[in-house]
Amino acid sequence: MSRFASIEGLFYLAAIIAIVASLKVVTGKNTVHALLYLVISLLAVAVCFYLMGAPFAAGLEVIVYAGAILVLFVFAVMMFGLGIDEMHNAPQSKGLSLWAGPAFLGSLLLVELIFVIDNSELALQLNNQVVDAKQVGILLYGPYLLAVEISSFLLLAGLVAGYHYAKPEHRGGRL
Amino acid sequence: MTPEIMWKLLEIILIISLLIPIAATLVWVERRMIGIWQDRHGPNRVGPFGILQSLADLLKILGKEDWIPPFSDRLVFVLAPVIGAVCVLMSFAVIPFTADIGVSDLNIGLLFFLAMASLAVYSVVLAGWASNSKYALLGGMRAAAQTVSYEVFMGLSVMGVVLLTGTFNLRDIVLAQTDGWLIQSQFVGFSVFLIAGIAESHRLPFDLPEAETELTGGFHTEYSGLKFALFFLGEYLSVTLISAMSVVLFFGGWLMPAPLDTWLPPLVWFILKVLFFVFFFILLRTSLPRPRFDQLLAFGWQVMLPIALLNLLVTAALRLGGVL
Repeated sequence: MSRFASIEGLFYLAAIIAIVASLKVVTGKNTVHALLYLVISLLAVAVCFYLMGAPFAAGLEVIVYAGAILVLFVFAVMMFGLGIDEMHNAPQSKGLSLWAGPAFLGSLLLVELIFVIDNSELALQLNNQVVDAKQVGILLYGPYLLAVEISSFLLLAGLVAGYHYAKPEHRGGRL
Repeated sequence: MTPEIMWKLLEIILIISLLIPIAATLVWVERRMIGIWQDRHGPNRVGPFGILQSLADLLKILGKEDWIPPFSDRLVFVLAPVIGAVCVLMSFAVIPFTADIGVSDLNIGLLFFLAMASLAVYSVVLAGWASNSKYALLGGMRAAAQTVSYEVFMGLSVMGVVLLTGTFNLRDIVLAQTDGWLIQSQFVGFSVFLIAGIAESHRLPFDLPEAETELTGGFHTEYSGLKFALFFLGEYLSVTLISAMSVVLFFGGWLMPAPLDTWLPPLVWFILKVLFFVFFFILLRTSLPRPRFDQLLAFGWQVMLPIALLNLLVTAALRLGGVL
């Protein structure tokens, strides 16, 4: 019982870290600091995955999101050199009207999330089974095959667009 | 606290307190070996054969002024070197030194190693950004592009191992090599892994993020004192880590073929194998020139990626056909 309680405690700790870090992402004015908070938030979500019995998903969360995608974000910020000007002219400093809409949508999502957590007996899932790599693979290439294919179409489109932009102009790269 | 946890903590402290002096000694080993290979003496004054050189360097570094540039982003500037060293040290948690020694028997050990390797990038990238100087920024950007690219091949190259052993657990991967090391069937995978490993630990010939001849020092241009030492330590630790991972994944970890395995204890065999790769890293540094940055990236995407993919495909086909 005590082991169970401590795992639950860890889960909520990681969840609180994720929420606080996410809040810091959207309220921060320094782009790189905001990105760092986003990394922390993703790491905390990975811990949540691990505690809920999905170590494979947790590993991929860190490798793909925190380790690759956000590095590219930081890369882009460094490349474009977002400086003091951007910080002062950023939309978040221009009053309430700009963030009222997103905040409303976000709070709707929050209510939904609380409803889901309240009804799914999280405590049951916390300790029950471990979803390993094999199961993830079987699910991805079984019932969710269509979703995998659709997302691969999306990525291919992104790849083609990226290639088009990156092509040197003298080779006819203009869109 | 249960005795079990106490033992684990003791093991962790022991491993860390051995690893850090070893990494520090490697600095001296490298300078001495390069000296010998280049037909000169190298550092040979402090202690017998100069072995205490690292200790002297440490004392010197502790005595230096720890300067934080006023134009830098203080928090990130201080945090960056720590991230690097911590990520590399964390990776050692999943390395199985022998059948019994090793901090964690994590089921996703290999993924954990890849995750820590990809998080270690932040150390260099953030150091480059927080320094707020041109050379450091250029170094940081090179590091980001280089490591994100080579991470892909590193992950792909070890998937052949996972295919053949059917597990992400590093201890099980070693035990699956009882009948024969995986290097026999995964030589291509090993080559890609080693090259990607050199790029990940940004050692020569792939040390473009620091490239002192063009960028004065790259991402650590503005660093001094203890923080610079942390970067240095992280680099040598990651050399040891990549060597240890090569041994675990492709060279049977602590296992040895039948007549040899009784000559020395398993731990000694493991250390000898790791040292072999560390020396190989050092020899690479002395013998190869540094490529241009676009050559590095082109080599990665045009040569390494197809090879790694082909290796994975062929391994999978042979596995399906029942050959391997």
